[in-house]
Amino acid sequence: MSHIILTVKDLEIALDPSGVEIDHEVNFELVEGEVLGLVGESASGKTTAATSLLNFQRRGAAIAGGTITIDDRDLLSLGSSQLRQLRGGVISYVPQDPGSALNPALRIGLQLREILDVHGFGSSSAERDERIAEMMAEVVLPSTKEFLRRYPHQLSGGQQQRVALAMAFACRPKVIVLDEPTTGLDVTTQAHVLDTIRDLTRRHKAAAVYVTHDLAVVASLADRIAVMYAGRLVEIGPADELFDGASHPYTRRLLHAIPLLSGRRTLEGIPGFAPRPGHRPPGCAFAPRCAYAVEQCSAEMPPEVMVGDLHRVRCWRHDEVRAQAPVLEVDDTGGLQQGDDGALITVRNLNAWYGSRKILHDIDITLRPHHCLALVGESGSGKTTLARCIAGLHPFKIEGGIAFRGEPLARLARTRTRAIRGAIQYVFQNPYSSLNPRKTIAQILMQPLTLFFEFNTFEQTSNRDEREKRLAKVLELVSLDESLLGRYPDQLSGGERQRVAIARALAADPTVLVCDEVTSWLDVSVQASIVELLVRLQREIGLSMLFVTHNLALIRSLAYDVAVMNEGRIVEYGRTDDVLANPQADYTKKLLADTPTVESRALKA
Amino acid sequence: MSPDELAPAGGPPLSDLALGPDADLNEPLEPQLGRSGDMAPATAKRRRREWVQLLADALHYRRTQIGLVLFLFIVVIAAFGPLFAPHSPYAFVTTPYAHPSARAVLGGDVIGRDVLSRVLYGGRSVLILAFLATALGMAMGVSLGLAAGYARAAVDDAIMRLLDVLLAFPQIVFVLLLVSVLGPRLWLIVLTVGLSHAPRIARVTRGATLEVKERDFVKAAESLGVSRVKIAFTEILPNITSPLLVEFGLRLTYSIGLIAALSFMGFGMQPPACDWGLMINENRIGILVQPYSIFVPVALIAILTIGVNLATDGLSHAMIGLERDTGAA
Repeated sequence: MSHIILTVKDLEIALDPSGVEIDHEVNFELVEGEVLGLVGESASGKTTAATSLLNFQRRGAAIAGGTITIDDRDLLSLGSSQLRQLRGGVISYVPQDPGSALNPALRIGLQLREILDVHGFGSSSAERDERIAEMMAEVVLPSTKEFLRRYPHQLSGGQQQRVALAMAFACRPKVIVLDEPTTGLDVTTQAHVLDTIRDLTRRHKAAAVYVTHDLAVVASLADRIAVMYAGRLVEIGPADELFDGASHPYTRRLLHAIPLLSGRRTLEGIPGFAPRPGHRPPGCAFAPRCAYAVEQCSAEMPPEVMVGDLHRVRCWRHDEVRAQAPVLEVDDTGGLQQGDDGALITVRNLNAWYGSRKILHDIDITLRPHHCLALVGESGSGKTTLARCIAGLHPFKIEGGIAFRGEPLARLARTRTRAIRGAIQYVFQNPYSSLNPRKTIAQILMQPLTLFFEFNTFEQTSNRDEREKRLAKVLELVSLDESLLGRYPDQLSGGERQRVAIARALAADPTVLVCDEVTSWLDVSVQASIVELLVRLQREIGLSMLFVTHNLALIRSLAYDVAVMNEGRIVEYGRTDDVLANPQADYTKKLLADTPTVESRALKA
Repeated sequence: MSPDELAPAGGPPLSDLALGPDADLNEPLEPQLGRSGDMAPATAKRRRREWVQLLADALHYRRTQIGLVLFLFIVVIAAFGPLFAPHSPYAFVTTPYAHPSARAVLGGDVIGRDVLSRVLYGGRSVLILAFLATALGMAMGVSLGLAAGYARAAVDDAIMRLLDVLLAFPQIVFVLLLVSVLGPRLWLIVLTVGLSHAPRIARVTRGATLEVKERDFVKAAESLGVSRVKIAFTEILPNITSPLLVEFGLRLTYSIGLIAALSFMGFGMQPPACDWGLMINENRIGILVQPYSIFVPVALIAILTIGVNLATDGLSHAMIGLERDTGAA
C-alpha cells in the first residue's frame, strides 16, 4: 500500500467560548497522490475541517480535540514559526476566490517569488527564476517577463486561479487543500483548472483535499469521496463505490439533486435545512430530513460501519439504503411541454451594445406559449444581456425587434405599458442582492400586487382582501410558509430568498418568466428544489419561461428548446434533447465536453 | 449565557454587531462567497430598523456614551437653564465687569448684566439654529445627492458641478457673503448655513446611492415600473441611512461652530439678545478683567461640539461593524 501522508483522527472543532461543535469525530487518511473530495452543503463544516488541515481556524473556532499528523509530524503541537514553515511548504491551500486571494497591489511574479523566498526554495536566485518558469508551465500560463509583471486584475478569473494553483504547488507540497477553487468560474475555465489540478497531483504525487458542494465537480477528479453533514463524515469511500452504492440516505439525496447530461431525470431537492452548529438535532443530524429515519435515528448517533474495503458509513439502516436501486439512473418521465403553436416573444435581428461595444449580433429566437427556452453560454456570451433586453432592463442601445404577441416592445420596462410589464417578469441571479434588505418579505411581495392590481379607493376592503388572497396564493405556489412574511431577507436562507424572488415575479401574474441563472448562487441540493419548483410552475400555471444558465446538464430537466450562445451570437438552436445528444456547433461540443457530470468519471481512467 | 442572550433584546444576534473578538459566533461557517445554500436562518426574531440598530450599537462605545452625556448636559442647560436663572438676562444687576460675588455668581458683563443668567438663557439660540440649519442642509443635500446618484449621467453632472461651485467657497465666507448683503436675519442664517452644508452632504449621499443603485433589487423595482422618485426614496434611501446619520452628526458640529462664529462676528443674534457667541464678542475687551464672561460660553460651545463629535465618531464606528452585515451581499 502507498505511503500514508496525512492522518486526521477524531478531529473536533468547536466555537471558542461557547463550545458549540462545528466538526466532530472527523477521521480520514490520505495517501500519496490521492485526491479526496470533501462534499457537503453550506454549514456542513467542510471548509472548517479543510482549513484545520493547515492548523488554521477561523476567528472564534478552535480545535477541541483529536490529532492531525502530516508526514509523521503532529501538526497541532507545532509552534507558530514551525507552522509557517509547514504552510505553503509541506501543505498548501487554494482559496475559493482567486480574485481576493492574490494581492492586487503586487505583480504576480513577485507574489510567486515570495513563496519560494520564504521557504528558501533552491539555493540561488537563478534557480528560483527557473522554478517560477516551471510552475507557470505546469499551470499552462506563459512565463514571459511581461506576463509575470502583470497585476492580478490584468488576468482573467481562470488565469488568476491558475496563478493561485501555481503558488500552492510552488514548493512541491505533499498535501494541498483546495477550497471550492472553481466556484464562480465558467465551465470551460473550470475544466481547465480541474485538468491542471489532476495533472499536478499526479505528476508530483501530491495528495489533495478538494472541498465542494457539487458532487459532479469531483466525480472526474477524486479517488475517494467524503460526504459531510452537520460536522460529521457520514460516508467516505472510493468514488466509484460511492456513486454506485451510496449507503447513506444523505449521499443518495445529494446524488438525486445532480442533473445528468445523458438523459432526463426528475431532480429532487432535499427538504428542510442543513442545521447550523448549535442547532443540530441529537442522534443522527440528518434524521429530520431523512426518508429512512426510524426512532433510533433521532435518539442515537449511529457508529461508523465499514461496508467495503475503504468504505465507511454512519447510518443505522445502511444495508437497506445500499440495497436500493442505483440513484444515477435516467428516468425519462419526460413530459416537458413542447409549447403551443404561435409565438409569445419573438426576437428578430437583435443587436445590442454595451456602451460603444456591440455585444449581441443578429439574435433570432422565438418563445412559444407554455414553452421553456434555455439560453446557454459562458459569461460574456451575451445571454444575460439578451434576457435583460427582453425584460426591458438593458440600459444601452438596441437595434432590431423584440415583439410580445406580435406587438413591438419598448426598450425600457419603464416605457412599456403596465400590462406588458406585468406579463414579462424577471428573476435575478443573486437572491442576496435582488431583495431589498430593508423591507420585510410582505412589503417586497406587496409591491407588485399594489402596482398591477387596480386599487379601487371606493372598495378598499374588498381590494385588500383580494390582494391578500393573491399573496397567499403566490406563497403557496412557491411553497413558502406565511410565517416568513414578517421577516427580513437576511433572516432567510439562500433557497428561501430565491423562492421569494420567484414569488415576487409570480405576484404580477406573468405570462413569461425570465430566469437569469437563478440557481448559480445556490447549493446543488437547493438548485434541484428550485428547478423542481420551476418545472411545476410551468405545468400548473402554464408559464412560459426563458431560462438562462451556464449549466448544460440542468436544462435537460427543464427546457424543451435550447439556444447556445457564444460571443453574442447564437451558435446552435434546437430541441434540447437533440442538441445534447448530437451537438452540431463546435462550441456546443466543447461546452458539453467541459461540463462536469457524474457520468464523466469514466473519463478519469 | 449564550451569545444570543447577550445581544440587545429584539436585535439580531451578536454576529451582526461588531462587538469584539468573539463577535461572529453565529455567522455561517462557510464563506458566503460564490454561492450559498439552505441553512437555517440565524434568528426568527423581527429585526429592528437599521438606524435604531446603529444607535444601539454605537451606545456600546465609550466615546458615544461620553459624547452623549456632554451633549445632553448642554441641551439640559439650554432647555431648562432659564428656569433657574437668578436674574433677568437683560437687567443691570451689578457693575460692568464686576468680579464674582454672591449677587452675581459669575460676575457681571460689559454693561453689568449677570453673566450666569445670560449663560443660562443663551444656549437655546445656537442649538435651535444649528439643528434647523443641519436639518435643512440634510434635506437639500440628500435630495440632490439621490437625484444625482440615481439620475442619468447628464443630470448627475449638472447637479454635481453646480454643487462644486458652492463647494469652492469656504463655508464661513459663503455664509458671511449672503448674511452681510441681506442683513443678519435668523431665517437667512439657517438657510445659508444649511445651503453651505448641502454640497458636502450631497456628495456623501451620491456616493452611497451609486453603490446601492447597482444592486438587483433596484433593477427589480424598475422592471416592475415603480416610479424613479419612489425607487429613490423607498428602495435606495432606506439602505443608506447609516452614512447619512453619521453625516448629520458631523454637519451638526460644523453648524454649531459656524453659528457661534457668526454671532461672535455680529452677524448672528443681535444685542441685547443673549447668545453664547454674542457674549464672547460683547465681553472680549474685558477678557483680562472678567474672564468668566468669556470663558464660560466658550467652554459650553466647546463641550457641545466635542460631545456631538464624539457621539458621531461612535456612530461611524458602529457603522463599520454594521456594514459587514448589510453591505454588498
